[in-house]
Amino acid sequence: MATTKSTGLAVRGINKRFGPVNALKEISLDVQEGEFFTLLGPSGCGKTTLLRIIAGLELPDSGKVILGGQDITSLPATRRQVNTVFQSYALFPHLTIFDNVAFGLRARKFPKNEIEGRVGKRLEMLGLLDMAHRRPHQLSGGQQQRVALARALVNEPKVLLLDEPMSALDARLRAQVQVELRRLQRKLGQTFILVTHDQAEAMVVSDRIAVMNQGMIIQFGSPKDVYEQPRTRFVAEFLGAANLLKGRKKHHGLETDIGFLVLEREPKWENGTVAIRPERMHITEDPASVNSTRARVREAIYRGTDLDLWLDPGPLRVRTASNQHYEAGDEIWLELPSEALVILDE
Amino acid sequence: MNELIIWYGELTTPRRLTRRGLKFLGVGMLWILLFLVLPGLVLVAVSFATRGSYGQLEWSFTLENYKRLTGFSVFGWTADYMIILWRSVWVAFVTCLAAVILSYPLCFFICSRPERTRYLWLMLVVIPFWTNMVIRTYAWFLILAPEFPPARIAHFFGFLPPNTPLYPNAFAVYIGMVTIFLPFVALPLYSSVERLDWSLVEAAQDLYASRTRVFLQAILPQTMPGLSVGIILTFVPAMGMFVVPDLLGGAKYMLVGNLIEQQFGASRDWPFGAAVSMALMLLTMVSLYLYRRKHKEMQIV
Amino acid sequence: MRKLHPVISVLSMLTLAFLYVPLLAVAIFSVNATRYGLAWRGFTLNWYIKLFHNEVILNAAWNSLVLAVVSTLAATILGTALAIGIDRFPWTKKLGTTLDLLLHLPVVVPDIIFAAALVVAFGLLRMLSSFFEPGLLNMIIGHITFQVSFVALVVRSRLVGIGRDVEEAARDLFADTPYLLRKVMLPLLVPGIVAGAMLAFTLSLDDFVISFFTAGPDSVTLPLFIYAAVRRGVTPQIHALSTLVLMTTVILIIGMERFTRD
Repeated sequence: MATTKSTGLAVRGINKRFGPVNALKEISLDVQEGEFFTLLGPSGCGKTTLLRIIAGLELPDSGKVILGGQDITSLPATRRQVNTVFQSYALFPHLTIFDNVAFGLRARKFPKNEIEGRVGKRLEMLGLLDMAHRRPHQLSGGQQQRVALARALVNEPKVLLLDEPMSALDARLRAQVQVELRRLQRKLGQTFILVTHDQAEAMVVSDRIAVMNQGMIIQFGSPKDVYEQPRTRFVAEFLGAANLLKGRKKHHGLETDIGFLVLEREPKWENGTVAIRPERMHITEDPASVNSTRARVREAIYRGTDLDLWLDPGPLRVRTASNQHYEAGDEIWLELPSEALVILDE
Repeated sequence: MNELIIWYGELTTPRRLTRRGLKFLGVGMLWILLFLVLPGLVLVAVSFATRGSYGQLEWSFTLENYKRLTGFSVFGWTADYMIILWRSVWVAFVTCLAAVILSYPLCFFICSRPERTRYLWLMLVVIPFWTNMVIRTYAWFLILAPEFPPARIAHFFGFLPPNTPLYPNAFAVYIGMVTIFLPFVALPLYSSVERLDWSLVEAAQDLYASRTRVFLQAILPQTMPGLSVGIILTFVPAMGMFVVPDLLGGAKYMLVGNLIEQQFGASRDWPFGAAVSMALMLLTMVSLYLYRRKHKEMQIV
Repeated sequence: MRKLHPVISVLSMLTLAFLYVPLLAVAIFSVNATRYGLAWRGFTLNWYIKLFHNEVILNAAWNSLVLAVVSTLAATILGTALAIGIDRFPWTKKLGTTLDLLLHLPVVVPDIIFAAALVVAFGLLRMLSSFFEPGLLNMIIGHITFQVSFVALVVRSRLVGIGRDVEEAARDLFADTPYLLRKVMLPLLVPGIVAGAMLAFTLSLDDFVISFFTAGPDSVTLPLFIYAAVRRGVTPQIHALSTLVLMTTVILIIGMERFTRD
């Protein structure tokens, strides 16, 4: 607790069981003020439960939630300076957009002119001013999502929680909304915590990501960190594509099925795995001095922006620019640069 | 129990929540217990009591009422009451069957109407559903009157003496019952027919030409949910129906509903009336039980 | 939609005729000038005019209205509270099943048994208080008892439809319990409550059996009056009354349809 900055959010040793299911195991994390923090993980990993505990919609079996230096674990949702954008948006269908956004202020009996000012400002910021007097069902999915955002933000929460807010949007719109969300958070300088199972989305918006699996946080780090330095096989595979190579430690490198690989550091284990991203491998005319192997193209998949080659010995996968020409049967030299090889923990 | 829980976003204790829940339930449940469950139990008790010579209740435990119902009396055995019970089940069954047979074409017809006018056609089924039973029953007095074709035809074929109406008799009871209960089957059935997946029907038509098989294997299983609601809504109340047999059947075609009414009305024999009610309740529960069992099997097939 | 076999259309028309010809006959004979017999003697509205001068009928109409309004009001309040009580609290599974069973009881039990039970129960209660003499009060109690279930079932399905999301959202937005009930739950429940009340009202107007068993000499309602009258013999005046009742039903149904459509 001592390490907590007085303005941020800290979670300490949270456990939660649902009957036989251990939903959260000893979760601890710190979110700095003004940070865009993302809980990333597959469905059922406990990320939404953790978010609901922070929101005050679920009680932990043990552990603490600390906001701005104050223990809020047993504070009801009604009295937490935290607001949520729900996955279903949970807009009030009987209220106009204006009344939806004003709800939190009215519940706390703010003076009328202040409500109008603050609601108006948020509606304008999110481009909803024209539809202030419509009802939620008259709006598109993207508009509804912005209403949910405005409804939470108008209360100026210390932490804004977003529970898979883009899952109901189509892919094209989602990409656009992600950028907008990022920009909005920067502009407001407020703390955002996002829950998502979409690694691309997490990359776009976050300052920091916590990768979760089976009720535990596997790895913290910036998008670049978790992508380029995955600690485990799960993280490597959950965030984008990865080639995994098993081997045995030998001198300053690793003896694998495709030959000896020089590593930058010495692994802590005797037998283990290294990972390399497909786009970090190079295709060369001639064998490089080290970390080079001969491979044959089994399948070439044109993806527009790039070209994916599936190779023998498999299952190796390399990504190259889409203006390159390779087809099944081609023999190539493949270089696996030492700096791109990530030693996994297990 | 002082532990905290969160219920629908509210931080509270189980005890506080229970207390509030009981406040919501309290009056309503008390009402149902007081005016439904308690009277029901009293009815059970009364069925074991004795009728005093002036119609008053005498609280001496006896099985006499049930013995009488099964036909035993000081004068020997008679099947009268058993016949009435059996007849009630039979009438309910025939009513159900007729209503189902008539409802299918009707529902398909309504579904085939264009979107704009479909609900108007549906209204034509909804209106009788909500129209008072007494009115719908006595309306047949007019149609079955001696001046009109049905009675005349019956007379022509020698079923009916001249200048007599075509009621009260068994035929009129069936007619009246089907009129009353047809919408009870048609409305739930319609909601199923509306959602029918025609591709299955067409596939069936491609595979085998027989209409019967198309109906049995493609249409019937799909419309089962609505049909089963309709059958339950018809069979149970039809067994206890009293207005229709009273007006259109008279003494000639008595059903269990009339028997009960008689005991609480003219005969003023509450204990026997209570016993007959128990018999009807038993029939109701048996049919609900059988039906549920049968329905479960149907879902598996 | 697909094409229908003509036999199906013809059958449907006959079925609809089967439902409507008797009612049509009632309407036609309600404007027939003759008092006796079924021969057509010309158009008249005399029978309708006479209705409005008939004390007994006006009284019966008033009784029907009082019965329906009072029982509907009470049943709507009780039924709504019951629905919330059953759906929105963490009852054990066993209690939940019991409550559900009690709620469905009036729907499954044949009305004549329920009526018989009420006769017996009121008969015994009468020994305690003259309150329970057969009459309007007993009828109201009887009607409320079966209406409560229907209201509660309708409101409960609406509650299920609302879901718990909005409640959590309201809590998240600082709403305390009274504010939540007033500003979120009640407004969202209104369509369900009104639909339940309309159903209860129609059920009350439609009921014959329970009224028949619990009515006293001064509390005759329209269905009871019509029943008693047709047993003595049908008259054009009864046809006129029935036609009016029928028309009221149609108007109520159209109103209900309009309301539930929006």
